[in-house]
Amino acid sequence: MSWAVTSNNQTIDLAVIPVKTPAELRTEIIEQSQRGARPVAFFGQKLSSGVRLFVIMANDPRSELMASSAIFAESERSYQAISNEIPAFQLFEREFFEETGIKPEGHPWLKPVRFSHSRADQSARMADYPFFRVEGESVHEVAVGPVHAGVIEPGHFRFMCSGEKVHHLEIQLGYQHRGIEPMMADGNIWKKHKLVESITGDSAIANSLAYSSLLESAAGIEVSARATAIRTLALELERVALHMSSLGGLCADVGDLTGNTFFGATRTYVINALLDICGSRFGCGLIRPGGVNFNVDAELSAKLLKTLEMVRNRVFIIGERTFNMPGVLSRFQHTGIVDAKTAEKINMVGITARASGLKRDIRADHPFGFYRLYPAYKLTLDSGDVFARAYMRYLEAKRSLGYLIDLLSGLPPGTELITDRGSLKPDSMTVSMVEGPRGELVHVMLSGANGEVVRYKLKDPSFNNWFALALAVRGEGVSDFPICNKSFDLSYCGYDL
Amino acid sequence: MKILITVLMIIFFPFLISGMIRRVKSVWGGRKGPSLIQPFFDFSRLMKKSEVISRTVSPVFLIAPSASLAATICAAMLVPMAGKSAILSFNGDFIMFCYLLALGKFMLVVSAMDTGSSFEGMGSSREVTFSALAEPGFFIIMGSFAWISGCKSFESIFQAIYNSGPASGLLILLAIIGLFIMLLTEGGRLPVDDPETHLELTMIHEVMVLDNSGPDLGFILYGAALKVFLIASLIASLATPTGIGFVPGLIIFTAVVTAEAVFIGFLESVMARMRMTHIPQFVFMITALAIIIFFIVMMELGKAL
Repeated sequence: MSWAVTSNNQTIDLAVIPVKTPAELRTEIIEQSQRGARPVAFFGQKLSSGVRLFVIMANDPRSELMASSAIFAESERSYQAISNEIPAFQLFEREFFEETGIKPEGHPWLKPVRFSHSRADQSARMADYPFFRVEGESVHEVAVGPVHAGVIEPGHFRFMCSGEKVHHLEIQLGYQHRGIEPMMADGNIWKKHKLVESITGDSAIANSLAYSSLLESAAGIEVSARATAIRTLALELERVALHMSSLGGLCADVGDLTGNTFFGATRTYVINALLDICGSRFGCGLIRPGGVNFNVDAELSAKLLKTLEMVRNRVFIIGERTFNMPGVLSRFQHTGIVDAKTAEKINMVGITARASGLKRDIRADHPFGFYRLYPAYKLTLDSGDVFARAYMRYLEAKRSLGYLIDLLSGLPPGTELITDRGSLKPDSMTVSMVEGPRGELVHVMLSGANGEVVRYKLKDPSFNNWFALALAVRGEGVSDFPICNKSFDLSYCGYDL
Repeated sequence: MKILITVLMIIFFPFLISGMIRRVKSVWGGRKGPSLIQPFFDFSRLMKKSEVISRTVSPVFLIAPSASLAATICAAMLVPMAGKSAILSFNGDFIMFCYLLALGKFMLVVSAMDTGSSFEGMGSSREVTFSALAEPGFFIIMGSFAWISGCKSFESIFQAIYNSGPASGLLILLAIIGLFIMLLTEGGRLPVDDPETHLELTMIHEVMVLDNSGPDLGFILYGAALKVFLIASLIASLATPTGIGFVPGLIIFTAVVTAEAVFIGFLESVMARMRMTHIPQFVFMITALAIIIFFIVMMELGKAL
């Protein structure tokens, strides 16, 4: 097998990664995919002449990551698309095309991804987005956004409907043009924590954890057990908070005032717990490369325990009420179904994939941090509808609260919270994956000859899952779109890097 | 004096009903909630604003809100309120009432279509579908009542129905339930429509008026609240016993309308909205109840003949 094998939070030399021709790499990718591996990163790095394409695929049952690469010479401007055989690559290939201009020939859906500043074709304009068109007498288009009625991020949704029924939904994102990846590779990588925390505001902890773990492994820094436990504590708090907000939003969207109010109020207790730990309700400033900035002392720990016991009670009461309410169930059940086969095909990740029956959870498959000592178990549901996604959030929130309460009752002792920085290993590649509230976050860093960062690649779970939303609403009533959307609760900024 | 009180009720009660529904929901959600007359403040604020008018609309859009409100106010004059007395009463006024409301709705629908927005077109189609389903029920109820009482106007029917026979209590109860469902449908309340939502794709009433602003929006909001009050008044008049005089009638009327507002607020706190495809079944319950009323009336008349 000619792939470089690595694992989560491991640094490998660039020299170990095989270099293939594009055609060879394509064959190997298809082979690996047929054996059950799935892509987690697929990106180009511009060389002095030509482009080097890196592919990282995950073998979940063996907790392995496999890396390979191919070099495109300056004159090679196209290759045969992989997406026709393995649809999981469709968005990765589009992203690669947008960034490098190397065309995947025969790609079935070659559309712009996010109109980044660094896009290869600078003449591409958002106004020229090639929308799919449905023709017919009773077909009408409903366009929503990019400016929405609620306080949410920009995104354009175009429904091709006949009457109330949606035939197809096209989602156009890319209104934010933030250019985070180039910014990450520019300047002192150790000072990028503020930037990392703003990649996705509601996953600040997950992102800063991935970033910190990545730098620690590239610089060979050991983090103390106590700091690791506090990081995991924060990550699970973030997860519970986001699940509460999604559930509240789902209740609001079906007009269930009680659920909306109580889930919303419960979320406040959770984010206030983060405020008690680090002074920020979103956990900004808590996790830094080398450890954590704030301790959880005995007094705070007791206070958090009390809060979380109360939160667990509240979640149980309001969750049982909501998921036993016929009115709510009739809206949630059999709405917006994504079956396991489709989910696997389009490479869904995270909680929404688990609601469709895919057993994918980085905490269990590629354990990191405290999950290596005290494992988290995967939960899955089969129906893949709005109900499954909502119920999954409820189950996970309860599971996370249990994990948090156990963790708080036995925080590892020690006083060392943060260790000194080191220098990055030169000519190496590091992959760090974290199971954030929405699913797997992937950070990949390539370092140069002097240990400087030459490429920093990010992948948010929303990158995988937006397409699933478009598939979920097919054949549904257009009025059910909001609950489908909320059940995925995807991030716009995670996509618009 | 009676007419003056009725006019005052028509002016202020719609705002109070909206205020009460909001207050109940706020208290249920653990909040203090806005003042009961906040909808009135909102209305006067809108009256002071200027309007933003889309360049694509025709004059229909400009006159529709006023015409719609005018039609609803005319309808208000036919509704028996305190002491079962209306401002105007004539034979067949209930038919006039129903079609005045329909005229108001028609004006809003054409103005929504006039904007050319796909949202508003969608909202209009839903609105018209659901109210078309509510209409037959209303007519069967009123027709059956007219048949059994031998009267032909709201006022006289409502007065006569109270002593119309052994089943009059049952008839009134069924009619009240039917009218209450009509109130939820026409008033755009849960579980038919969610007045609180910001999601254009699920809206029915709100989405039709997205392009309206300033006084026009104020007229539409007041008109919608007035419609809720009118149907609530029909229920309250039905619930009031006949021949108890004006002042006790006024007290009972006010109490029943208040109770309805509180009940709507309570329903909206504990219920979820229905799936769009299930709403027709719910609305059709009015007709089902109306047909039961019709059969009861037939049986009673058969006995008397």
